[in-house]
Amino acid sequence: MPKIFYTQPDGRQTALEATAGDSVMQTAVRNGVSGIVGQCGGSLSCATCHVFLAEENTDDFPPVGDDEDEMLDCAATERQDNSRLSCQLILREGQEVHVTIPEAQL
Amino acid sequence: MPAHPARGPGSPRDHPGSPAVNTTPHLLIVGAGQAGAHLAGSARDQGWKGPITLIGGEPHAPYTRPPLSKTFLKGQTPLSSLALRSDAYYTQHRIDLVVDEHIDHIELAGDGTGTATAATGRRWRFDRLALATGARPRHLPIEHADLDGVLTLRDLHDAQALAQRLTTATALVVIGGGFIGLEVAATATAAGVPTTVVEAAPTLMNRVVSAATAKIVATAHRAAGVRIRTGVRPLRLRGTNGTITAVELDDGDELPADLVVIGVGAQPRDELARAAGLHCDNGIVVDAHCLASDGHTIAVGDCANLPDPSPASDGTVRLRLESVDNAVEQATSAAGTLTGLHRPYRSVPWFWSDQGNLKLQIAGLARPDDEIVLRTGRRPGQHTTLRYRGSRLVAAECLNSPADFLAVRRALGEETPLPRVTAADTGLSLKEHLAAARTPR
Repeated sequence: MPKIFYTQPDGRQTALEATAGDSVMQTAVRNGVSGIVGQCGGSLSCATCHVFLAEENTDDFPPVGDDEDEMLDCAATERQDNSRLSCQLILREGQEVHVTIPEAQL
Repeated sequence: MPAHPARGPGSPRDHPGSPAVNTTPHLLIVGAGQAGAHLAGSARDQGWKGPITLIGGEPHAPYTRPPLSKTFLKGQTPLSSLALRSDAYYTQHRIDLVVDEHIDHIELAGDGTGTATAATGRRWRFDRLALATGARPRHLPIEHADLDGVLTLRDLHDAQALAQRLTTATALVVIGGGFIGLEVAATATAAGVPTTVVEAAPTLMNRVVSAATAKIVATAHRAAGVRIRTGVRPLRLRGTNGTITAVELDDGDELPADLVVIGVGAQPRDELARAAGLHCDNGIVVDAHCLASDGHTIAVGDCANLPDPSPASDGTVRLRLESVDNAVEQATSAAGTLTGLHRPYRSVPWFWSDQGNLKLQIAGLARPDDEIVLRTGRRPGQHTTLRYRGSRLVAAECLNSPADFLAVRRALGEETPLPRVTAADTGLSLKEHLAAARTPR
């Protein structure tokens, strides 16, 4: 079972057990993790699920796609090198994923 | 997704007529779609202390609807991944989720308290009522619409039935060239089902996008193999032994079909509100605080007729907005009304639709006579149609151009001016133009 650690901008951390095949966004929204809005439900349409992905997880996911890249450029919180849209981070069995949530999504 | 068993009688609130306890008022939300579910969570997040009951008529916990006409139809989205919230979420947020119960009568007192009664006879006493009853597919007044093989698509049950039919269908006719009809057509065509879309208006998506955007979308659908007939109406449906066989058009053509999907818009479910004495006119009429005509009852989502929430709006135009964005944002505002924050609902409305390989995103609300500035993007298939009312940018229709969409949505929210001449210059991106407009000289 994948496990995700969400760190809020103030350092508070939430750990959630997830389901393989779900995304980091879906898992957050379903469990009420604040700061991940995911308004479009994961169809790469809203850029409200921006996260900073921990360095050790960089190679655990496919690289940033064209649309995701464009959308990250326009995210509400300034993009960093490790920025991802968490709807594009699809979980696999056994993964342990660490993400930090930005200050603002809208 | 696990179905929540309906709870039996004997829950503590199942006592009609018991006095309201003002320290922990009971919020009853009728309708467990995106708006109702979000209102429940948002009310709790914003400080509603009392019990919250969320009642839905379907046998499922709240789920996300957009994939129903897209990936779910293709079988790419498992049922389990549609759930909006986990089961634990409702428990942790003390939201009493009741599914498979149809409220068919509401007694509403002048102070907003009352009782809701379900078809099963179960009753809920409430101190505050919120209606999130949604919309139902608009009925098409056409002969033989009750034939087997004639479907509409609104909920999970509809989507499951349609997905099943698509596995054996040999000829699909989609009546209505709007978002849903076209999404179904694209999905069916990609799955190898020959599909024809019939639209009465001269262009597709006629109520929601400009003719310029519609034309690009139509070209893309045709290239993908969807047959599109505009400017014709279905006259009647034909069948054999109670099953659909053809659609007869008003220009004399007849399209063979063993599956027909009718997607001609939706109508608000406002019967409960009407019967309870609330003012309804194309939906439950609410103010900017999501309050209905009694000043107490909340209405949110597809069922609500609200003042245009756009930042530039003067509030005189009323409309219904059928979108996830509106369901979520209006519910967030309504939660504030319930908990005393009283923030009027202000938001740039936005919509999205997957049209085959095109991602269509719309920011803002345009009117048919708003003028257009067309921009072509750097990547193939990227087009953005900006809509202007006089000198003011009011909306954008973006195809495969998410950066333009986000830039315009933000600009509309901040009311950043973007002169038409500047907008037409594709040497800079819209984001760059808008950044320049924000920088004082």
